[in-house]
Amino acid sequence: MGTEKRSQAAWRSVGPNRRSTRTLRLRTSAVLVTATVLAVLLVPPLVQLDQQAVDLSAKLLPPSWAHPFGTDDVGRDLLLRCVYGLRVSLLVGVAAALTATVIGTAVGATAGALGGWADRGIMRVVDTVSSVPHLLLGIFIVAMFRPGVWPVVVSVALTHWLSTARIVRAEVLSLRSRPYIDAAVSGGASRWRVAVRHLLPAVLPQAALAAVLMVPHAMWHESALSFLGLGLPTHTASLGTLVQTARGSLLAGQWWPTLFPGLFIIVPTLAIAGLAGAWRERINPRRRSELTL
Amino acid sequence: MLELHAITAGYDRHAPVVRDASLTIAPGEAVGLLGPSGCGKSTLARVAALLHRPDSGTVVLDGTSVRRWRHRAPRELRTAFGVVFQQPRLSSDPRLRLTDLIAEPLLATGRRQESAERVAELATTVGLTSDLLARRPHEVSDGQLQRACLARALALRPRWLICDEMTAMLDASTTAALVAVVEDYRHTTGAGLLAIGHDRTLLQRWCDRTVHWDTLRSRPCLT
Repeated sequence: MGTEKRSQAAWRSVGPNRRSTRTLRLRTSAVLVTATVLAVLLVPPLVQLDQQAVDLSAKLLPPSWAHPFGTDDVGRDLLLRCVYGLRVSLLVGVAAALTATVIGTAVGATAGALGGWADRGIMRVVDTVSSVPHLLLGIFIVAMFRPGVWPVVVSVALTHWLSTARIVRAEVLSLRSRPYIDAAVSGGASRWRVAVRHLLPAVLPQAALAAVLMVPHAMWHESALSFLGLGLPTHTASLGTLVQTARGSLLAGQWWPTLFPGLFIIVPTLAIAGLAGAWRERINPRRRSELTL
Repeated sequence: MLELHAITAGYDRHAPVVRDASLTIAPGEAVGLLGPSGCGKSTLARVAALLHRPDSGTVVLDGTSVRRWRHRAPRELRTAFGVVFQQPRLSSDPRLRLTDLIAEPLLATGRRQESAERVAELATTVGLTSDLLARRPHEVSDGQLQRACLARALALRPRWLICDEMTAMLDASTTAALVAVVEDYRHTTGAGLLAIGHDRTLLQRWCDRTVHWDTLRSRPCLT
């Protein structure tokens, strides 16, 4: 009991209020993520309002009870637009993060499990791709297609699998030399069986964590690409296109069309990152600082 | 016949752990290998079990010299060896229940239909109850886990057993039980045994002959 207490203290006594701050962060994140998911899933089917409905007589109204977030330059309700935008951004974020994780895990596991020349070759390709600024590479990829949701997903996924590949490869390399892998080889297991039965299940928690951490990052990329006019077409409400179309009115003193979509980008992504951070600390307290957003 | 000729092996080509070691084991023979900690006994065991490619030297198995190692070695050669490692915790996949752990070699070699029967038979042999078989490695003691590891090593009825300090971290009664299981298996199947350890008394009682690490060098040491 005594040793257990001491070993916990060795990790945790960074500051006197460390624990309560972390709990508060975890709870706030959990509430915000739940609220986001509920809003995104429930509002569109329940509220039978048309987010595209144009009302030029009500353009650029400041926040009021009728329009809590105000209206945009063609009189569309901003709260509704923000919820629809968040829906698209979340979809892009989750799809891109999942795709990137699948690619990264496959590449990293292959490199780590094969080792030798194959490993060196694959990892040099990873180094080469990651030496190109990834936003630039993303813009290049997305510019090859017509604007839409899937080109953005592809662009973000193809530029973000590299860190996952590195994490998974490192993990596989450390697992590969364990005696239980020797035992499996001696028991007649093929390379494929060793990878699928023993290596992949062991790296799955790390890969899943990397995927969750990537969701907010992918959402930022979607916003950035849409803001640059390359991502989604302007009529599709996404948080990036909302901020982009609102730019003009900001200079005229109308702050609400920029502020609220901006908050919708920042708050859910920070909440997801907060949840992922808590999970990371939970699965391995000593590796708190290894994965960065 | 398992022959190791002038094996030099290690993890860094410039600093081999094992230099010029030679050892021969006849079918049905039990050879005990004694040596101090860190001298390279386990590396030699891994070479003998085709798990580690030596830098030089040859391994001859039943008259044929071995050219490929680990996954590249033909499956029937790899599975001719049953290996029990020193630390049961590290040599068992933490996610598998003991039943799956023991059945793993059978599943890996495509003998799913006979696995349930064989696992039950092996569990009785090594003394594991069905309650223990349903647990995962962290839920059983080192001794119980080592019993499962021995059962796994015997699952494919290997012709050679390599016990790398199998009993180093076990109590006297478990040691006695595991040695008895190995001896029973050898008497019924005529398998050869390479038992590695630093317990001279145990190895001398257990094995037909014991060799000391220092006598393995085929050439006199130059240093």
